[in-house]
Amino acid sequence: MPVDIGNYIALSTVMFFIGVGGVLLRRNPLIMLMSIELMFNAANLLFMAFARAWLANAGQVFAFLVITVAAAEAAIGLAIVVSTFRDEKNVDVDEIRLMRG
Amino acid sequence: MIAFWILGAIAIVSAMWTVTAKKPVYSVIALLVNFAALAVLYVTLSAEFLAVMQIIVYSGAILVLFVFVIALLSSGVAPFSAGPNRMPKAVAPAIAIVLAALGFVVYATLGTRIAPSGRAPAAATLGPVGTAGVFGSVADFGKALFTTHLLPFEITALILMVAVIGVVLLAGDRVPYVPTRRRANEVERSAREAILRGGE
Repeated sequence: MPVDIGNYIALSTVMFFIGVGGVLLRRNPLIMLMSIELMFNAANLLFMAFARAWLANAGQVFAFLVITVAAAEAAIGLAIVVSTFRDEKNVDVDEIRLMRG
Repeated sequence: MIAFWILGAIAIVSAMWTVTAKKPVYSVIALLVNFAALAVLYVTLSAEFLAVMQIIVYSGAILVLFVFVIALLSSGVAPFSAGPNRMPKAVAPAIAIVLAALGFVVYATLGTRIAPSGRAPAAATLGPVGTAGVFGSVADFGKALFTTHLLPFEITALILMVAVIGVVLLAGDRVPYVPTRRRANEVERSAREAILRGGE
């Protein structure tokens, strides 16, 4: 029995805003990056659900591209965390004032 | 339908755990649970290839990267493992309630009107997952990726290359090791001078 698309939209929305809350409320950059991954996954779930509802392949293809870009984003973000930590010995994003001029 | 509710509950609970966990390692574990639940959901949505990619790329590559960075950073400094946390204890349930309300509102307003109105392409057929020729099969997906959506695919290759160069520039050695004869001579001379200085 197929699940109604509204269920997927609701699940995806809740997951996305949990990720938003993580980015806004946490100060640990690693957990912020993981919250961003959560948001990527919420978007992917929606892509997949709509691809299934319309029987169109494009949604799956773009979900694949989102996974690839998420991998690149995670690598860059973690590199920034590592290099910042190397300079400042600190990972509290409120304390980092490298870009503040 | 039952599978959807179970998997959705697992996904939401593990997402909450990811965001609220004190230590980043627990966040990684929760995120792994979340990704696994989503992979199973993808199978139920007849996206078999994406389910496998979810496990391999997300759980296999990205989360291992996170674990590596946690291990790398927390080896030198103890407080990092705990991690700073701005979230007060009372905020988490409030956020959960708000999220539940939000999801319900989205479901109530969009739930019924958004289904496709009989415009499904004639070529796409549904069938058991893993069968050739049905919607979402690997052959279908590959053909779409390499013909219709070739340009985004190529742009993704460019993005990945830029990411690799950026990571090497950001996190690589500040002074790259250059194995030349001149450099070796410099190192040898400075070592000799240090020994002489020590002897004085």
